[in-house]
This record gives sequence, C-alpha cells and structure tokens, in this order.
Amino acid sequence: MRYARHISLSEVGHAGQQKLLDAKILMIGAGGLGCPALQYLAAAGVGTIGIIDGDTVDETNLQRQILFSTDDIGKKKVEVAKQKLNALNPDVSIHIYPENLTADNALAIIADYDMVIDGTDNFATRYLVNDACVKLDKPFVYGAIHKFEGQVSVFNFEDGPTYRCLFPDAPSQSQIPNCAEAGVLGVLPGVIGTLQATEAMKLILGIGEPLSGKLKIVNLLSNSEQIISFSRNEEQVEKARNIDLAYSYVDFACSTENSITPEQLIEWLETGKDINLLDVREAYETPKLEYPNVISIPLGEIPARFEELPTDKALVVICQKGMRSQRAIEFLKQNNFQNQLINLEGGMAAVGVCCSKP
Amino acid sequence: MKLNVKYFGMIAEWAGVTEQAIPFSGRTVCDLKTQLETEHSKLKGISYQVAVNQKIASVDEELNESNEIALLPPFAGG
Repeated sequence: MRYARHISLSEVGHAGQQKLLDAKILMIGAGGLGCPALQYLAAAGVGTIGIIDGDTVDETNLQRQILFSTDDIGKKKVEVAKQKLNALNPDVSIHIYPENLTADNALAIIADYDMVIDGTDNFATRYLVNDACVKLDKPFVYGAIHKFEGQVSVFNFEDGPTYRCLFPDAPSQSQIPNCAEAGVLGVLPGVIGTLQATEAMKLILGIGEPLSGKLKIVNLLSNSEQIISFSRNEEQVEKARNIDLAYSYVDFACSTENSITPEQLIEWLETGKDINLLDVREAYETPKLEYPNVISIPLGEIPARFEELPTDKALVVICQKGMRSQRAIEFLKQNNFQNQLINLEGGMAAVGVCCSKP
Repeated sequence: MKLNVKYFGMIAEWAGVTEQAIPFSGRTVCDLKTQLETEHSKLKGISYQVAVNQKIASVDEELNESNEIALLPPFAGG
C-alpha cells in the first residue's frame, strides 16, 4: 500500500518499485542538499541508503536542513538523519558514516553503492567524489548552490562526461564562498536537493532523460532555468582515473606551502598536477625541464616580461640551485603577482635528469 | 562588434547585472576571456566556463554577434 501511487504509474509499476527497493545510494553530506534528497529517497523506498557526514547539527543549519529539529542541536547529523528516516520508512536500510569523506575512506565506502549523490559544500570533496566515482565507475548526481542559484547534473553515467569535463581546473575555495560565507535562501537547497533525488530515481528506474552531459541552472529570483550541454573530455576522465586521491584537489591559495622538494615536483609532474612552471635560468643551462606548462624567462628579463607570466594556476619557479628562483619570487610578490608562488628547493641540480617528461 | 553576455552566480554579483552587451574586437572565446580577465581580474581565480548558444565552448571557438554567451562559475555550496 505504501508505494501504491508509484505502482499506478506505468513508468514505475511493480517492477520499477522493486528496482527502487533493490537500489543502493550513497548521500555524501547530510546538509542543505542531503536533507531533502534523503527524505524523498527514503519515502520512495530506495532500499539501501548510506549517509556520510562528520558534522553535528548547528542552530544555523535549521533554516534549511529540514531533517533536523531544535532538540537535535549538537547531535551527530548522520545519527539524527537515520532516526528520522527510519521513522519515515522502516523498509529502508540506513548505513551511517559519522566522518568526512577523505582520500583514505572514499573508495571503500563508495564501492558498496550503485550511485552517489554529491551534497558537499566544498571543492576539495567535490573533486574527490568525482575522482573516486570515475575510478569505481559509479554515476553521481551533482548539485551545488550559491545564494539563490543552483546547478544540477549527472556525471559519469554510461560513458557520459564527468565533473572534471565541465570544470577541468579546480578553483580556489577562497575565491568562491560556500553557504556559511555567502548566505543562502533556505528553500534553494530544497529545490536543488529534490532535483538531485529526481535524477537519482530516473537513473534507477531507467526512465526519462537524465541530465548526463547537461548542466541545469536554476535561479529562484528570476525564475529562469537554463540547460547547458557539454561533452566528455577523455583527457580529464583519464586524469581522474589515474590521480592519487590525496591530490584530487589542492587549494594553492590556502596552502602555506611556499617551497617544494625535487621529489615533490617530480610527483606533481607525474600526477598531472595543475601548475605552471617558470624556469628563470639562462638558455644554455641544463638539464632542461621538458614539460608542457614551462615558460623560460631568464631572471634578468623578468621585469620587462612580467606580462608574459601565466596567472591562471600556481607558479612553480625553478633555477639551477634554488637561489635565483627565490629572488624571482621576491620580485613577483613585490609586483603583486596574482597567484601562489612556489620555489623549487635546490633547483634543477637537485632534480637531475630524471624528470624530463614529453 | 557587440556580444550579448549572461552572467551567473558570483560573476553576476561582481558585474552588478545578469546580462550585458559588451564591445568586443577579438575573434575567439580565448580573446573574450582575455578581455574580460583584463577588465575583471577576479575572474582569473574561479575557473569559470564560457557557454556559447547553451553549449560549453572550446577556447578557440569563433564568436559572432548572434551568439548567446554565458559565463558559468562553479558553485561550492551544498
């Protein structure tokens, strides 16, 4: 009787309801997006739901995180969510993980589910979710919000595009605020999280047109909706497949790392880290660093050629022994270079010839 | 020529409008990004994407006045 209104839909029926009961979905984040998505999925009878979130309920969550009540302040979100969802539908088996998703636990946790819903609030976890899902070949439903505006998409579904295909270069968290910093209309995550639950149910049931290769953008103030299409980028899929999850996302703007060792540089180059390199040696000095994002400007020419320097990524500055590169960094800082500057300690003499990459 | 550009998220906040016709003397999406980033240096750090006629465009795509252009930033919040 519970699912009678589903069963009477010809697109669902008994067979579709059984698919929902057999499905296993992992909700990453039990916050603004997670609360509405979880309620609809549990009500719909999605048989196994995992919830991962390390936070406790805070009073400022209650304006939009509708699984939680005033009495729940201070309690673990996943525990409260489990209790509320069990009361809503005892058919559903709820597994909770009172921790944050990390490079260490992501693969083991996600492996147990058919699909993932991304309801996180930071870029580090979003890139981690993407890379882990690509490695495990699991589809995931993306949702993200900003003040009155939300984005929804379905990634990594049946050889469709991924999050990195849409946003290849990770932005700095410090330049894009989250809800805590920017504010958010309480109902916005309700709309976007509900759209995520809708997409997840469509994938399980195999009905309709999923938002694979499409980014839906909803603006609650203007009532405008846009669907932007985008394609799979094999290079970005390969990057996610091969990346060490510990390096899925590094926020250079927040990093205090101002110098790296030759070993670290080699690892960065091998894992395809998003950096530019500036070689401040003279043209005759060897070994050369053969890597696509290297620009060579001898130290003495930097003031005149300052405009040539790329500022879209963190810049690793290299020379022969690590001294001239340090002087170049001091000059660039004084002239308000717009991105993170990192010195290669010991210079190319310490790297040797081992890291030439085509 | 003039290009009609729609702004989303924090880009719209920075621009103070959600849509604008801007003078453009370049040729490609890359030229447009360079022009916009020169005028608004904040754009450099946010890894926004450019959509042309509701499709994410490559940087070498050529632009004309009839294109509907959108600047899409990623959102963090959840």
